[in-house]
Amino acid sequence: MTNSQELKETLARISGVDVRKCMRCGKCSGTCPAYDEMEYHPHEFVYMVEKGEIEKLMASPSLYKCLSCFACVERCPRGVEPAKVVEAVRLLVIRQQGCNHMTPDQIPALLDEDLPQQAIVSAMRKYSK
Amino acid sequence: MQRIGVFVCWCGSNIAATVDVEAVAEALSHEPGVVFSANYQYMCSEAGQNLIKDAIRDHQLTGVVICSCSPRMHEQTFRKTAAAAGLNPYMVEIANIREQCSWIHKDKAAGTEKAIILGRAAVAKVHLNAPLVAGESPVTKRALVIGGGIAGIQTALDIADAGFEVDIVEKEPTIGGKMTQLDKTFPTLDCAACILTPKMVDCAQDERIHIYAYSEVEKVEGFVGNFTVTIKKKARFVDETKCTGCGLCTEKCPQKKVPNLFNLGLDTRRAIYIPFAQAVPKVATIDADYCNMLKNGKCGVCAKVCTAGAIDYKQTDQHIEEKYGAIVVATGYNPIKLDSFEEYAYAQSPDVVTSLEFERLTNAAGPTGGTLLRPSDGKHPHTIVFVQCVGSRDTSGCGKPYCSKICCMYTAKHAMLTRDKYPDTEVYVFYIDVRTPGKNFDEFYRRAVEEYGVHYIKGMVGKVAPQADGTLMVQASDLISNEQLHISADMVVLAAAIEPDKSARPLATMLTASMDTNDFFTEAHPKLRPVESPTAGIFLSGACQGPKDIPETVAQAGAAASKVIGLLSKNKLTGNPCVARSDEMLCNGCSSCEKVCPYGAISYEDKEFRMPNRTVAIRRVAKVNPAVCQGCGACTVACPSGAMDLLGFSNRQIMAEVDAICK
Repeated sequence: MTNSQELKETLARISGVDVRKCMRCGKCSGTCPAYDEMEYHPHEFVYMVEKGEIEKLMASPSLYKCLSCFACVERCPRGVEPAKVVEAVRLLVIRQQGCNHMTPDQIPALLDEDLPQQAIVSAMRKYSK
Repeated sequence: MQRIGVFVCWCGSNIAATVDVEAVAEALSHEPGVVFSANYQYMCSEAGQNLIKDAIRDHQLTGVVICSCSPRMHEQTFRKTAAAAGLNPYMVEIANIREQCSWIHKDKAAGTEKAIILGRAAVAKVHLNAPLVAGESPVTKRALVIGGGIAGIQTALDIADAGFEVDIVEKEPTIGGKMTQLDKTFPTLDCAACILTPKMVDCAQDERIHIYAYSEVEKVEGFVGNFTVTIKKKARFVDETKCTGCGLCTEKCPQKKVPNLFNLGLDTRRAIYIPFAQAVPKVATIDADYCNMLKNGKCGVCAKVCTAGAIDYKQTDQHIEEKYGAIVVATGYNPIKLDSFEEYAYAQSPDVVTSLEFERLTNAAGPTGGTLLRPSDGKHPHTIVFVQCVGSRDTSGCGKPYCSKICCMYTAKHAMLTRDKYPDTEVYVFYIDVRTPGKNFDEFYRRAVEEYGVHYIKGMVGKVAPQADGTLMVQASDLISNEQLHISADMVVLAAAIEPDKSARPLATMLTASMDTNDFFTEAHPKLRPVESPTAGIFLSGACQGPKDIPETVAQAGAAASKVIGLLSKNKLTGNPCVARSDEMLCNGCSSCEKVCPYGAISYEDKEFRMPNRTVAIRRVAKVNPAVCQGCGACTVACPSGAMDLLGFSNRQIMAEVDAICK
């Protein structure tokens, strides 16, 4: 198995996302508030994962520009959940660097009732690379 | 002892590739009673059928087993073959070794073994088959069309044209349906009213067509050729026979603040109203929810001004019972509600409209008299954004998983007409795919782009945000240039998905007609019987079967009519002899069967029975009406004493099959 295929399978396992469900409507990128900051946009994340170009994504600063606001997840008409793909690529990077954990005592201070829990987790992973 | 012939079909390679047909024929030739066994490439072909006919004659066969495709496919074919050779058609049994064997197995040895077992079960059943003769029932030569839109109108006109009587039941006060609300029709841009209203008038004037407007179907009983339907004629509070449609009452009524549903609530009407000028029947209707007289007895203006004396505040719902030979469903569609699409700000801004609302805003008979004006401030819009696939192709649960089919074309129409009439308006269309199959359809869409300069952008709108200055900020992706766009628009038009009318589901239950998960009626065969429901005598016309544009709807309406005409031109219908029968000696009159029968085919009678010592006892026993029974078998399962049996599928026959399989 090539590295690209292996990464694709790992990514599918981590994210739980089936990128083949995407019908290329671009609503994720139409809705993304961080669009202009990103090198690769949400729809490109999904497409590039399908094409197996995950290493390119892993090297891109776009990973740390995603706000984890989950607007794309909320509005995707096909239930593809692009933000989960972005999060999974971030995890791939973190795992490579051997920093796939964080201290639980840091969490309570960061809790905010208005934030989705997953956003907090995503944010912490983003900044603990 | 039966003399049974076994015929194993290859179905080309469909069966023969996974099942050793020769081995099956050979194995079954040793079954008890089998005197002839053969295999052939295509048993349904003329040569194959001749093989069966010859064998029946040459070997004096009394029973036939065909190992082939599903009985749904060719049971009728082979029954006819047997009948042609002088055998009772119900002495034929099909062993399904294609759909239930060769198509689902890969291993030839396993497939062959299973085919032999299925064949053996059929042989065991044929041993217990008895000749059956189908009964006949008369046909009521009158059709019912449910729904008076373009589908129902065309079906009714075509049936009437063939000389049969037709009734149209329409729940709104007028026939015409959605097409009356449209402005122009693609791809030729003729005015919808100009081509529809003559047809509506034809319906009203044809003496063979009777229109029950403002009415609903309440109950359906009976079966193909003999339906009895109860129609509820809702109270209009206006005597239809007296009202001349002059419209004076609709001008004088003091209750002016009733949302005008014909204009989708974009303006108001009076409590007494005629939906639009060309309504058929052109009769006023009082909206009981808003009429002051009906609500609190204070008003009566309409009765005072009506010179015909047609107003009747005491009118009540009427129930009419009619008999029909065939029923056509033409219940149509509606755009979906957009409540779950908050990102498009439909509920927040009056300038975000659906495409059907846009039709009204451009229609000469609409709230703006045909001048395109923004609903919020009545000003001319200079930038309009059209959003396609709002709720269509949506598997997230907010919308519908299917393509609504008509949106690409009507959006191209709206965009083109806007640019034609108001060249100073910039028009953007956001699309996922442009789907324009159909005669002159793609050319039409390309004209919108090439001649009229509509900006088609591949991408989707993510967000519509109303701004303080009254404009709408549209945030969208442009996938081809790979950028995010921000357009300041005056109006946003949403191509909302379409769904079957809400009345379709309860109607399907009444008709025992099947539906898919989206509440579209299912056809008897998706390709070969597209206008018939699997329930005999029920036909489908228009968008109740699936999203359709007007040309397709009219074509399907004509097809449904031709099927109805075919049915009504018969004097008698041959029934299905595989019906339930009660053994009076075993029946204890418990009523279990009557309760489970979905067709109301079972009744009870008190019957005299001779008892020992010359005594007579009267017992209550079940009786099946073979004309109503559909042979579903529910009663045979419910009967606690084993008195109910299904002819052709008796308990003994089924047990014999099971035994043969388990042997």
